[in-house]
Amino acid sequence: MAKGKQGTRSIKERDAATTQKIFDLVSRIARNSLAGKEPKLDIPTRTKSNTIWNKKRGILEMGDGVAERPLFDLKTAKQFMQTMLHSSTIKDLIEAQKTSSLRGVFYKAKHTVAGTRENTFDTQDESDPILEDLEVALGALREELHIFAENRGSMVGNITIVDKGDEIDCRRMGSGGYALPSIVEPDVIQFKKCEAKFVLHVEKGTVWNRFNEDRFWEKHNCILTHGAGQPPRGCRRLLQRLNQELKLPIICVLDCDPWGHYIYSVIKQGSISLAFESSRLAIPEAKFLGIRAKDFRECGLDDAVKIDLTENDIKRAKEIAAYPWFAGHRGWQKEIDAMLANGFKMEVESLITKDISYVSETYVPERLKRKDWLD
Amino acid sequence: MAAKEAATAEPRKKKTAPRVDAEAMAARQRDISVSEFFAKNRHLLGFDNPRKAMLTTIKEAVDNSLDACEEAGILPEIAVIVEDLEPNRPATAKSSRYRVTVIDNGPGIVRKQVENIFGRLLYGSKFHRLKMSRGQQGIGISAAGMYGLITTGRPMTIFTKPKAGQPTHHIELAMNTKTNRAEVTFDKEVKEFPPVRFRELSSGTRALAEQGGFLTSEEFPTGTSVSIELDGKYQRGRGSVDEFLELTAIANPHARIVFVPPSRVTEDEEPDVLAVAEAGAAAKAKVTTETNGVIVYPRGVQELPPETKEIQPHPKGIELGILLQMLKDYELAEKGGTLYNFLQERFCRVSASTASQMCEAIGVSSRAKAGDIEPPQAEKLYKVFQDAKLAPPPTDCLAPIGVRQLLAGMLKGVRAEFYSASSRSAEVYRGRPFQIEAAIAFGGELPGDEAARVIRFANRVPLLFQQSACSSFKAVTETPWKNYNLQHPRGGLPVGPLVIMIHMASVWVPFTSESKEAIADYDEIRKEMKLALMECGRKLGTYLRKRQKMRREGERRDVFERYIGEISKAINAITGDDPKKIYAALLEQARARTAVADQVLDEDGKVVKDEPMDEEGVIVVPDAIAPISGGLPPAVAAPPEAEPAKRTRGGKAPAGKGTKAAADAPARTARPAKVDAAREELRARAAKAAGRKAKPDGPGLF
Repeated sequence: MAKGKQGTRSIKERDAATTQKIFDLVSRIARNSLAGKEPKLDIPTRTKSNTIWNKKRGILEMGDGVAERPLFDLKTAKQFMQTMLHSSTIKDLIEAQKTSSLRGVFYKAKHTVAGTRENTFDTQDESDPILEDLEVALGALREELHIFAENRGSMVGNITIVDKGDEIDCRRMGSGGYALPSIVEPDVIQFKKCEAKFVLHVEKGTVWNRFNEDRFWEKHNCILTHGAGQPPRGCRRLLQRLNQELKLPIICVLDCDPWGHYIYSVIKQGSISLAFESSRLAIPEAKFLGIRAKDFRECGLDDAVKIDLTENDIKRAKEIAAYPWFAGHRGWQKEIDAMLANGFKMEVESLITKDISYVSETYVPERLKRKDWLD
Repeated sequence: MAAKEAATAEPRKKKTAPRVDAEAMAARQRDISVSEFFAKNRHLLGFDNPRKAMLTTIKEAVDNSLDACEEAGILPEIAVIVEDLEPNRPATAKSSRYRVTVIDNGPGIVRKQVENIFGRLLYGSKFHRLKMSRGQQGIGISAAGMYGLITTGRPMTIFTKPKAGQPTHHIELAMNTKTNRAEVTFDKEVKEFPPVRFRELSSGTRALAEQGGFLTSEEFPTGTSVSIELDGKYQRGRGSVDEFLELTAIANPHARIVFVPPSRVTEDEEPDVLAVAEAGAAAKAKVTTETNGVIVYPRGVQELPPETKEIQPHPKGIELGILLQMLKDYELAEKGGTLYNFLQERFCRVSASTASQMCEAIGVSSRAKAGDIEPPQAEKLYKVFQDAKLAPPPTDCLAPIGVRQLLAGMLKGVRAEFYSASSRSAEVYRGRPFQIEAAIAFGGELPGDEAARVIRFANRVPLLFQQSACSSFKAVTETPWKNYNLQHPRGGLPVGPLVIMIHMASVWVPFTSESKEAIADYDEIRKEMKLALMECGRKLGTYLRKRQKMRREGERRDVFERYIGEISKAINAITGDDPKKIYAALLEQARARTAVADQVLDEDGKVVKDEPMDEEGVIVVPDAIAPISGGLPPAVAAPPEAEPAKRTRGGKAPAGKGTKAAADAPARTARPAKVDAAREELRARAAKAAGRKAKPDGPGLF
């Protein structure tokens, strides 16, 4: 499975290897077809049932489960065709030495099936999972397939990096910050000079703006990031590299709701659909600073900040509590129970009711000082 | 009754003297002639209104003609001519005067019988025998003549030529309703037959006569022509002369019928005509030809229906009173005849040994005389009859239409996708053998959201009225159509693109009234009808289920084929493999995996490899099946925007066979040529199967 060690190989070697993998996969289909055997693809399954919790490493890993994707089955025929189309698209990208966004690949392969009014792909939502399927089926990483996602998330802080040869001083990023690219592998981004002692990762841009405006990273000598909700791979990979290579603790400030808890879970252990990438994405050491269920009382928040838990939220919270990586964690069991007992959820922004800068000047510094977090 | 009432009413009305006394009443009591009775009750005979009167007149004359031809072993050649005698009538006229003429090439009628046949009610050859024929009672044609006489005062005109090369009798006669006897007003011998003046009636008749297709003396060496002037109404649509003739043609493919409709159809009828045309046009698209208004229903088969035999009654089919009467009659006819002989001679299916067993069973010697049998013994005998194990009556007295001809008739009259037919073996009601046949047509161009159309026949005569009073209607409503994948509202007709045809053949069809519009609801008859319909329905159900599966498989294949082109292109781009080879290899796999979609089906859902007509009782017209939605197989080499090649699944029939018939067909309403060709092909096959001889001169080969 994919391991992040391509940096040592030359780009040319890497591309040749990927092209060969594609050729092997498709050639097998061609041989089978000509021999009158049913063409099928074997795609490692990216489902919860095929996800293994590696307790020792503290990350989620993909199991051995493989789903057949035969051509001659109504359920999979179209996906089969789409997989073949994307294989061809990726081969073209590699040969042309270009990279493309997920959306670009979608458009490149989207056309009307000959003789019909049917599109090969109707929406990008159909296209993206096929590319993830190819990643696992080929055992090639996204960047090896010359595909990137949109930039998402921002970073500021006491660090200087080099991005494709350009030196970027993250202390001088103004109000917008450094936009996190989707590919942050060492061959693209190198860390040059870092004084920061930790990384504060917040859930969304609005909260990040609060901290940035208050120059929190300057006062507390840290790096400040956000991932625009569920952080994309680029953001998670960068956090992991900061954690592993620079030994910076990752401290998360997320909402007190099942969604916030799940974001933390993904950052910490990895996600189910990208379990095959956990070893280069997951940060088992990541810490959850808040918002905590107890904060309503501890911080003396106003009733107005309460958002009732919906039935769906309750269901989701119970699911999360039952995840094996939370099930044996007393702190998390208590935290989720406390939230369910409260019957409401709270966003990070709810702290604004105390004071506009309460979160950056009081709440986070106090908690950091007390080391009051979950991990 | 009236006398009784008068008598009982009298004491209460004390002041009034008795209005009449018994003497006076006796003076008024007298015979009622049948003619008078029916003249007053003409609705009983089907002369309720001008339109129906016209139809009934034609129906009775055509029935007689067909019966006469068949009995004489002549292929029927019948002309039906309706002349408009008041073409200048106001548009609002409710009825008008017409002259209806029916000419046949039958055996003719000997001079001395003419008055009896046309001038007397309840006179005929068919009432007293047990033999399958259209007419039964000897009422029909004389009643029509009587109706004409009552409404117009004009006598019937008859031309009849009983022997080739000899003169024709020209007779005009009027019925005296008081005496139930005919009064001849004109009697002359003439040379010509058939009457030539009809050839000059219109441009249509002239054209047809020039082609030798109308009233040629060669085709009519003998025959009869009956003309009746009457007050009637000509209007197309349901229950019309046209429908009657069309259905008659379906049930009598051995007859050729030419119909010359009147020159004018009253205006107030137009909307109705249109409505009917819209509703029924699809279902009734004709395979007949029309020459300037003259309609020809061509002959489909060259063989007459098998000659039917007269039979003796079956022991199980008589009542005790009849048995007593029969014993009396036998004693009169055969002085001192034995019961043993009586049983064998006067009944069918009683063998010598059965007869002696029966004698034994009632405790008389086999030499006992029929005249000596006392009523108690007769009653015993009657019971013995009921318990005896007897073969059902012989069926050579019946001439069913037959499965193949039913299918052929349906195929010609109804544009559908699926046809099935079923012919039950003969059964017995009240000791009279009968046989039920049914056919159904489904899909195609039939309207899908209406109640099924039921067409009914008795002894090959279409029944057009009183559908819901008919046993067949009840049988249709009781058939479990839901089991055959059809919609079926409770107690009603099934709903869907369906035409149901039911035929009852019997030596005596039990009609509910003298006008012969509905079959009486005997349990035995209804049961047979249901069984016949269920057989057809099962075939349809199997077909529909199979078709569903075919459609699913077809859709599957379409999906696969749609993607195979894309896949082979992608493979080619990556590995350099020849896309055409990959495409061909994958296509082969796709076809093999969805082979069900290619199957042609028989009634049991078995796969038929070649000719669907080889299977009993079912015809499937593949081209009438609604096309399967979805894409078509793309050609690899073709650019994506190119029109996909036409699907060829339906066109399995070798092209050469069908084209001849298609080319012969006169210009018809525009339909895709391919469908027509395929249909003609099937029709030709059906005709071949039905008559072993397909006549290539008519568009429908009938």
